[in-house]
Amino acid sequence: MSSIDQLNIIVLLKQVPDIEKVKFDFKTGRLDRSSAEAVINPFDLNALEAAVEIKEKVGARITVISMGPKTAEASLRDAIARGADDAILLTDKRFAGADTLATSYTLACAIRKVSSYDLVICGEKTIDGDTAQVGPEVAEFLGVPHVAYVEEIREVKRDRILVKSKMGRNYYIIELKFPGLITVTKDVNTPRLPSLKDKIRSRKAEITVWNADSLLDLADERYFGATGSPTTVAKVYVPKAERRKGKIFRGDLERAAKEIAIVLREAHVIR
Amino acid sequence: MKRHGDVLVFAENNDGRIHPVSYELLGKGRELADSLGVDLNAVLLGWRMENEAFELIYRGADKVFLYDHPSLEEFDVIRYTQNIVKMVRETEPDIFLVGATRIGRTLAPRIAAALRTGLTADCVDLKLDEEGNLVQVRPAFSGNIMAQIVTKTRPQMATVRYKVMKMPERDTGREGEIIRMKVDVIEETGMRIIEKTRADEVEIAEADVIVSGGRGLKRPEDFSLLEELASLLGGVVGSSRPLVDAGWISKDHQVGFSGNTVKPRVYIACGISGSPQHLFGMRDSDIIIAVNKDPTAPIFNVSDYGVVGDLYEFIPLLIREVKRLIGGGKDEGEH
Repeated sequence: MSSIDQLNIIVLLKQVPDIEKVKFDFKTGRLDRSSAEAVINPFDLNALEAAVEIKEKVGARITVISMGPKTAEASLRDAIARGADDAILLTDKRFAGADTLATSYTLACAIRKVSSYDLVICGEKTIDGDTAQVGPEVAEFLGVPHVAYVEEIREVKRDRILVKSKMGRNYYIIELKFPGLITVTKDVNTPRLPSLKDKIRSRKAEITVWNADSLLDLADERYFGATGSPTTVAKVYVPKAERRKGKIFRGDLERAAKEIAIVLREAHVIR
Repeated sequence: MKRHGDVLVFAENNDGRIHPVSYELLGKGRELADSLGVDLNAVLLGWRMENEAFELIYRGADKVFLYDHPSLEEFDVIRYTQNIVKMVRETEPDIFLVGATRIGRTLAPRIAAALRTGLTADCVDLKLDEEGNLVQVRPAFSGNIMAQIVTKTRPQMATVRYKVMKMPERDTGREGEIIRMKVDVIEETGMRIIEKTRADEVEIAEADVIVSGGRGLKRPEDFSLLEELASLLGGVVGSSRPLVDAGWISKDHQVGFSGNTVKPRVYIACGISGSPQHLFGMRDSDIIIAVNKDPTAPIFNVSDYGVVGDLYEFIPLLIREVKRLIGGGKDEGEH
């Protein structure tokens, strides 16, 4: 039973290679994406879990949106098994090669097309891009306030949410009015695993697929994909490992301790 | 030759004081501005911040755009974005640098999206190419590789990691101009601070000495051994990622790619093998001392002093020797 009118929550998620297993080519500086299974970005699992917990407490309809290749449908099915109600995949060659600005623009257009939403939840960052920029950029494109690095959701009301976030040297409890956006850290919750029953159910779930044309009533195509991306990678390289010619002590630890204590004194850290 | 726009640095206000990363950015910004033959400016928002504005000049700024108003005392991303975006549109800088702190990484993307310009996250180096474009160097894939990013729009925006750029000297003889800006006061932003509490966390990036533990530690309690050494040296305890993930110590102690980058005077790595991710976060320390049982541990490649041995044997010996030197060799236990 929900105590308030149902909230509409949107969760943004990205399919990424399993970073623990993916092979890395040090010569080309590229990931061999075929070498590992694709999974939901771990931080986005926290975002989805946060939405599911809100749904359990006060009632909500959860829509997950992902931009990526057709194969990202697997991650959206996984999200449905974990408690999402609807899933939208944005897939089109015209979306490819997007940097964070173009990605955020496209996602924001899709959110607008979904129409009414109260809260957008994103993971703090992705493990492959590691920029933490898409959440805040989406908020700006939507023209809604956002709180980043949320580590705790204190309270959810019909028109606002109370969240805890650390910034600078302080913890803040912030009241964010809807519509708004939050990005969550790993501390916000512990994502649950989907049950077998839910996994089976998700196989039959319908995934909405949108291409660039689906968004054109709300978007300008020039801002999609590589064309809409102001940043480009000019060069990728493996950093040269600088070595220090260190003095190595073996065996006589007493002597080592004496000499290193003198090093510490000469560094003026012993007063 | 094409005339370039100025270089702008966001001066981050933390409870009325400027975050040191902003000074580091002024150091790098000064180099870039001098190469381009343009001014280096800073933008500072807050309340009663005039004295801090002078500090920005002492560290290299030519002009400081000061937004001084009670509504800006606490960071509010909407108020900050709106005022800064307006100023950037008017002054058209070529380059805009922001510290890659949580505040910086909350704010910079909104500004970039509002200006529809490119933003590169978490840079560790910045340079200019022959045409004066900003080449932004950032780690990718957990610090295993570096990527050079260029931006075709202006301003070229980047957030820059704390403790990777050199801190410029403070020169109170430097002259500059403080420009008091008219503040757009926004009453309702959709956000309100209900409560603010000081985080009781270690500021590991600011420590002069860090004594870090890794998988060579056998039990969480054994951090007390490292703590004893750290406190004798006026330092703090650090950790590699596995022990943070295992819940042995809180995340604010974590050194490495996904934790803090540190550059202390002395870094003592105890039982840390030295994964690329860990080395990424500490390899620029002035003096690196490592203790590890495994003589092939990669940490020894970046160490000035390496001790092949058991940390449980060595650290107590080092504590004894340090105590001996404290106060010119008085009794043990006096510290």
